[in-house]
Amino acid sequence: MSASAQHQIASVPQAPNITDIMQTVAEHKGCGTSGGSGKASCGSGAGQNDLPTEIWEKVKNHPCYSEEAHHHYARMHVAVAPACNIQCNYCNRKYDCANESRPGVVSEKLTPEQAAKKVLAVASTIPQMTVLGIAGPGDPLANPEKTFKTFELIAKTAPDIKLCLSTNGLALPDHVDTIADFNVDHVTITINMVDPEIGAKIYPWVFWKHKRYTGVEAAKLLTDRQLLGLEMLTARGILCKVNSVMIPGINDKHLVEVNKAVKSRGAFLHNIMPLISAPEHGTVFGLNGQRGPSAQELKALQDSCEGEMNMMRHCRQCRADAVGLLGEDRSAEFTTDKIMAMEVNYDLETRKAYQAHVEEERVAKVAAKQQELETLAGEASDIKLLVAVATKGSGLINEHFGHAKEFQVYELSTGGAKFVGHRRVDLYCQGGYGDEDSLATVIRAINDCHAVFVAKIGGCPKSDLITAGIEPVDQYAHEFIEKSAIAWFKDYLDRVKRGEIEHVVRGDAEIRQGALISAA
Amino acid sequence: MALKIIASQCTSCSACEPECPNVAITEKNGTFVIDPKKCTECIGHYDVPQCAAVCPVDNTCVIDTSFPRYQPPA
Ligand code: SF4
Ligand code: SF4
Ligand code: SF4
Repeated sequence: MSASAQHQIASVPQAPNITDIMQTVAEHKGCGTSGGSGKASCGSGAGQNDLPTEIWEKVKNHPCYSEEAHHHYARMHVAVAPACNIQCNYCNRKYDCANESRPGVVSEKLTPEQAAKKVLAVASTIPQMTVLGIAGPGDPLANPEKTFKTFELIAKTAPDIKLCLSTNGLALPDHVDTIADFNVDHVTITINMVDPEIGAKIYPWVFWKHKRYTGVEAAKLLTDRQLLGLEMLTARGILCKVNSVMIPGINDKHLVEVNKAVKSRGAFLHNIMPLISAPEHGTVFGLNGQRGPSAQELKALQDSCEGEMNMMRHCRQCRADAVGLLGEDRSAEFTTDKIMAMEVNYDLETRKAYQAHVEEERVAKVAAKQQELETLAGEASDIKLLVAVATKGSGLINEHFGHAKEFQVYELSTGGAKFVGHRRVDLYCQGGYGDEDSLATVIRAINDCHAVFVAKIGGCPKSDLITAGIEPVDQYAHEFIEKSAIAWFKDYLDRVKRGEIEHVVRGDAEIRQGALISAA
Repeated sequence: MALKIIASQCTSCSACEPECPNVAITEKNGTFVIDPKKCTECIGHYDVPQCAAVCPVDNTCVIDTSFPRYQPPA
């Protein structure tokens, strides 16, 4: 299938071989993926040089395509589509759709009119807001009228906002044409299996053509519809991302097959997310004790798929109605009551000016990293290690250790610094230092890291981190992350060489369960 | 008979509403209710009651025995 599918796509004149193009684009996500995997190295400035301009324009400000854009641009989700047409064992639909979000959090349900107003209000206040997604709770395509009405209203007033949607794929083939008509920028399909036997353990039933199907029959139907929908979208040149939930013992090994299947059908990014499961979520998996993966299990799977395709490692499984830069939530400023009372003045020019400024920052950051990377050129070492970074965005080490809700994790080697994921810790510092338990939580979450980069850190946590074997690093405060990480790594190698320190391999870390943002 | 929705179990997901061939389901104060005068148990339309088939919470769309069995017109 793979070769012929790609040929078909390549022969459509307006749609260049999207697979190849997106492969190139995705390689730019961290700009550090050149190490060892046989991919083209990423040394060409901000990265757009080797891309067709119109594709670069399409993806560069998209926080979901590019880890790097994540630091600078914001997305928001609105929940307008509560109904769903399938049942997933990791979902309890009292809460949000676990596909794009976390179970256990309730998003505010909005009408399309309220949703459109909210989007415009947010975009006028936060100029970085460039992407609107419709995700759970529920499936946007099980509620096509509400979903497309919302798109229609937004496209009218704010044509510069990119539209996205996430779906379980069951109804996708029926709506591909409408999706294309609305110029939807990218579609995320959650695909957890391509083998119905495995699917039967994840999906108790699907509702299709007025009938409820169960067991293997249901899963077969779902996988056929998902893959058909994916092929139809990529054939029309619409970007498709695939999300998979990693469920240890059920689909963990199988996701390598899923990766091949979706890659061959033109998906440009594959995002493997850990199962979030706790009894209090009331999901089937939560109640039957199905565990989620550990940080190292997740990373190992992402690594093994990366040779095949670009992995998306920056997904934070944010709540579906979150507002702001990823990892940040300003939704409390935009409740329905407040929005309906707001007077919204959508100012395209101010937004453009702001975005131009952000572009300059990004170029500067890439240049700084490139310079630093050159200093590593002569080094030869097998050492590969992880470091955690406290950041508020903009690609800078600019967060206080005690204020960090999450850490970004980079893998360092002589190949450079590569972004490999996030670790949530939520607030460790909730009114000063001294909360032993929360510090223990942070250490468990970054226990596989050798160092943690922060803008500032107090004396107590500093010594506890050192005892735990994690080096606190604050001398790069407010500098670029990748440049600083590389400089530190070079120094680390020197210290090992001089015999000052001994390089030891670190253990595993825990993935935090529960909602990302408790109170924002 | 008609079907009814057990309000305490309904998540207000709205999935049932558009599936009803008789437009018997509407939202009332945050939960969904079936108008027993309109509900035909889907007889004559589908093999199974649509609301019950699509509802994510088992045993939430159930037969309301306080009504006589629906008689399809001859
Ligand atoms: S598709 Fe989303 S809303 Fe539907 S059951 Fe699965 S996780 Fe829940
Ligand atoms: S049983 Fe059928 S007719 Fe009655 S409410 Fe449910 S969907 Fe409507
Ligand atoms: S499908 Fe079930 S849970 Fe959803 S609104 Fe209807 S009765 Fe309530």
